[in-house]
Amino acid sequence: MSVADVREAITQAHREEWATVVASLTRRFGDLDIAEEAAAEAFATAVRRWPADGVPPSPGAWLTTTASRKAIDRIRRENKRDDKQKEARLLHDDPPEPLGAIGDERLRLIFTCCHPALAMEARVALTLRMVAGLTVPEIARAFLVRETTIGQRITRAKAKIKAARIPYRVPSAEDLPARVSGVLAVLFLVFNEGYLATGPGTDPVRHDLTAEAIRLTRLIRALMPQDGEVAGLLALMLLIEARRTARVSAIGELVTLAEQDRGTWDGALIAEGHRLVRERLAVAAAGAAPGRYQILAAINAVHTSARDVRDTDWSQVVALYDQLVRLDPSPIIALNRAVAVAEIDGPEVALAAVDRLEFKLVGYHAYHATRADLLRRLGRSHESRTAYDRAIELAGNTAETAYLTRRRDQLG
Amino acid sequence: MQYLVSVIDDTAGSANPEEMAAISAFNVRLKAEGHWVFAGGLAAPSSATVIDNRGEEARFTDGPFVESKEYLAGLWVMDAADLDEALRLAAEASKHCNRKIEVRPFL
Repeated sequence: MSVADVREAITQAHREEWATVVASLTRRFGDLDIAEEAAAEAFATAVRRWPADGVPPSPGAWLTTTASRKAIDRIRRENKRDDKQKEARLLHDDPPEPLGAIGDERLRLIFTCCHPALAMEARVALTLRMVAGLTVPEIARAFLVRETTIGQRITRAKAKIKAARIPYRVPSAEDLPARVSGVLAVLFLVFNEGYLATGPGTDPVRHDLTAEAIRLTRLIRALMPQDGEVAGLLALMLLIEARRTARVSAIGELVTLAEQDRGTWDGALIAEGHRLVRERLAVAAAGAAPGRYQILAAINAVHTSARDVRDTDWSQVVALYDQLVRLDPSPIIALNRAVAVAEIDGPEVALAAVDRLEFKLVGYHAYHATRADLLRRLGRSHESRTAYDRAIELAGNTAETAYLTRRRDQLG
Repeated sequence: MQYLVSVIDDTAGSANPEEMAAISAFNVRLKAEGHWVFAGGLAAPSSATVIDNRGEEARFTDGPFVESKEYLAGLWVMDAADLDEALRLAAEASKHCNRKIEVRPFL
């Protein structure tokens, strides 16, 4: 086996086994901190040993065994100067998990990392570290936050899990829907930060984050195949990700959905997204009300079904937004609905609907960008320019700022 | 595992009769289910006295140790298996006493 092959085997083992190693060690030793450190040491050992010894036949089992030894070493070391409390863990060693329960093991880890008693930013950092296996510097780079800040968030979260005794388990049936939606919120936040990266000097689309969010959502989908909102979120991410390369032009400017070269969309991702949406439609037809991610995915399925923007079934889009508004009457949903309404009832009707949202959305760049576009279509250039100015001031994404600036400068 | 379940208030009123009744019924249940350790309501923060006897002689100061708009109005000490159980109980407590609640683990 060549050096490159071994390196690839280690990368693959990291991608596929990290969460399982951390999860099974957390279960065995009851401590996320020990699990994380031991898992990291086991992978470091693999990097040293596998090139000489060869890749073990079952990398996952090798890593778990090696990590367990590292954890026991650490506990023994600490016990020499600490109390005997931790020794108890070694004595009450759980029997080894049956293989079939390993899926559940990672689920426990996900639910613990996304616990509602933790701050959202801590949940994000903890999930990316413990479940996705990203390093602290990688997470810091992805969110443009200092490494020490990410390190502190993770340390504090682990301390709270321990002190407040946040349980390491899949929540009870009555808590499950709310807790799943909490996990999905974390994943969608990671995805959106990748999709609409903010901050000057950053890439407008952070593919590392969108890819990581999709990978984690696929994992949850595999663990909870019956959950409609998990399927919905995965479909939504796939259908957005499919348009990634079309969304930013060669000069780094945002390309709107209407102007995108649809030939560059990723057909495989769209097909997978559509399959998931169809699966959920079949369940909805049987009477199960779809949640917000499923409806958002369906809206994106309508867009990605049109070969040309003129073929878009806008009445279907508006109908889906109506459904979404009933579920989530937020002003941002109402704003997006108005964009679709403009295509059916014209920009004047849409503008009236948008203007009603002023009080709630006055600080939101997309509100001003939408107004600017509708005013432009109505030939009200002066007002449009003012709205573009405000949108540019508020937009954080570099591609979006470039697009808005060009549209403003093209006004007559 | 024991948790301090604090009742946070920002109005200067004790529980009204309806709230008192709901709290009493909740307490009966907490006892029946083995979660009850202690519970009590507190008089207004203005009735507090702060004592500092770290120096030569004890010093007494009128009023609470920290002045704030929100204050501790009462508390439970509950036994719960873990934070999930404590949060579920606290969510019910908040409903019954009609106030915000803070949950904090004992060491």
